[in-house]
Amino acid sequence: MSENNPALEVRNLSIQFGGLKAVDDLSMTIEKGALYGLIGPNGAGKTTVFNMLTGVYKPTSGSVLLEGENITGRSPTEINKAGIARTFQNIRLFKAMSVLDNVKAGLHNETHYTAIEGALRLPRYFREEKRVTEKAKELLGVFGLEKELDTKAQNLPYGKQRKLEIARALATDPKVLLLDEPAAGMNPNETAELMDTIRFVREKFDVTVLLIEHDMRLVSGICERVTVLNFGQELAQGETSAVLNDPKVITAYLGE
Amino acid sequence: MSFISYLVSGLSLGSIYALIALGYTMVYGIAKMLNFAHGDIIMVGGYAAFLAMSASWCPIWLAMIISVTVCTVLGVVIEKVAYRPLRSAPPLAVLITAIGVSYLLQNIALLTQSATPKTFKSIAAGAPPFLLVFEGKAPLFFTKLSDSPYGGESPVLTISMETFLAIVVSLVIMAALTLFINKTKAGKAMLACSEDRGAAQLMGINVNATISMTFAIGSALAAVAAMLMCSAYPLLSPTTGSMPGIKAFVAAVFGGIGSIPGAMIGGVLLGVIEQLSKAYISSQLSDAIVFLVLIVVLIIRPTGIMGKKISEKV
Repeated sequence: MSENNPALEVRNLSIQFGGLKAVDDLSMTIEKGALYGLIGPNGAGKTTVFNMLTGVYKPTSGSVLLEGENITGRSPTEINKAGIARTFQNIRLFKAMSVLDNVKAGLHNETHYTAIEGALRLPRYFREEKRVTEKAKELLGVFGLEKELDTKAQNLPYGKQRKLEIARALATDPKVLLLDEPAAGMNPNETAELMDTIRFVREKFDVTVLLIEHDMRLVSGICERVTVLNFGQELAQGETSAVLNDPKVITAYLGE
Repeated sequence: MSFISYLVSGLSLGSIYALIALGYTMVYGIAKMLNFAHGDIIMVGGYAAFLAMSASWCPIWLAMIISVTVCTVLGVVIEKVAYRPLRSAPPLAVLITAIGVSYLLQNIALLTQSATPKTFKSIAAGAPPFLLVFEGKAPLFFTKLSDSPYGGESPVLTISMETFLAIVVSLVIMAALTLFINKTKAGKAMLACSEDRGAAQLMGINVNATISMTFAIGSALAAVAAMLMCSAYPLLSPTTGSMPGIKAFVAAVFGGIGSIPGAMIGGVLLGVIEQLSKAYISSQLSDAIVFLVLIVVLIIRPTGIMGKKISEKV
C-alpha cells in the first residue's frame, strides 16, 4: 500500500441480474480526502454500486481497490473491517436500541474482550466498556447528540436519525465513508446544516467521502468531482460544475 | 396449603419451560427460524448426563459439564451443517430441515439407546427436601421439622430439592442472560443482528459468529433444562424432548416470539397454568387447557404478551 494510491478505485465494475445489466463497466478513481458525488436519475444503479462496494452484492466482473488493496468479493463484514462504512437510503438504525448502543454496535470490532470475559465480568470487560462508551459519547458529541444517549433510535427526529447513522458508520473507523442520499427528506435548512456536517466530518475524521444524492444544491455545494450514471452506464465524469452543465447530463435528467 | 404447593410445582415446571423457550426465542429473534430440533437437544442432553452418570468414576458435577458441553457443540454443529447453507433459502425449507434434524436426533437415540425408557438419577439425589413452615407472619424455611420452634403442629409445605433447584437455577440463569445480552458487546451484537442483519453486517459485526453463539447459548440452556426436568420427572426416552419442546415453543409464542423477557414470562405462566389445571380441573385435560389458553391469548394479542405491536402499513 503506497502513499500515492487513491482511496478508492473502481475498475470496470459490472453486475448482471439475469438479463439485466444493472451496472455496466463503471470505472472511477477517488483520491484520498476527496468529496465525490455519484449522481444519476432514479434506477440508474447508484445504490447497486454502493452494494457492490460494501460486499452486499458480488460484482459479475471488475474490481474494487481500497488504497490499492483488492477487496472485490469479500464479505460485508470484512470490507467494513478493511475500511469502508456506509449509511442507507432508507435509514437502517437499530431502532429499538438506544442512541449510545447504536454507536457502540459500530464500535464492535474495536471492543476488545471475549464473550466469556463479558459473561464473567472480568476486569477487561469493565475497562473496555468504559473506554468504548467514552469514545461513543465523544462521537455523539460531535453530532450534537450527547443529550440523547438513552433515547431509543426510533424516537429521534428524522434529521437526527440521519446524523446518528453517520455517527454509527464513523464509529467503525472507516477510510472511505459512503453516504446514500444523506439529504433525502430534509428541508433546505437541514440540508445546509448537513453540508457543513459532511465537510466537518471529512476534516475531523480524515475520511474520503463518496455520496449518492439527488439534491443538486448539495452536490454542487460540496462535491469536487462527480460521476453521472444513467441506465447503469457512465454518462459523464469530471469536475462538478463542468459535468452539471454538460448537455448530455441535463438531457438525462430532464428529457429531450 | 395445597394451592401453594401446586403453585410452587407450577413455578418449578414453568422455570424449566422458560429455559427451553429461551432457546426457541433467541434463535427465532436472531436467525429468524424456528428450530424444531430444539426439543430433541433436551433429549440428547438428558442421555449425555445419564450415560456420564452411569460410569462409576464420573461425579455428578462432571456429568453436568459433559451434558452442557455435548449440547453446546451439537447445537453449533447442527446450525453449521444443516441451517447455515439455507441462510438465504425460503423459510419453509429451513423449517422442514429443522423437523428433519429433529427426527434424525430421535432416531439416532432410538438406534443407540433403544426405546426402553431409562430411569434418570436425580442430580439432587439424597438431598433433603425443604420444609416451609407457616406460623406467625412469614413462612420459615427448615430442612428438618425438629428444627422448627413450633413443633409438628403448624401447617407445613414440603418442597423437594429438585423443585427448589429448578426455580433457583432458572432464576439465576435468566438474570445472567439478561445482563449478558444487554451489557456486553456480544449480546448487543445479537440484538443488532435481530433488528437488522444487513445493517449489522455492514457495521462490521460477524453475523455467522453471532448466530453460532446464539445456538450455543440456546443449546447449553437446553442441557440445563434437560437435567432439571429429568431429575424431577425421571423417565428418559428418545421422545422425552418432544412434548416439553412443543410446550416451550408454545410458551415462547405465548410470551411473544423473539422477546427474551416474553419467553421467561410465557414459560412460567404456562407451567403454572398446566399444574393448576391438573390439580383443579382434570389431569387428562391439562394439555388441552394449555393449548386453549394459547389460542385465547393469540386471539386477544396476536403478537404474544411481550411481542412487538405491528401496525400494518397500507
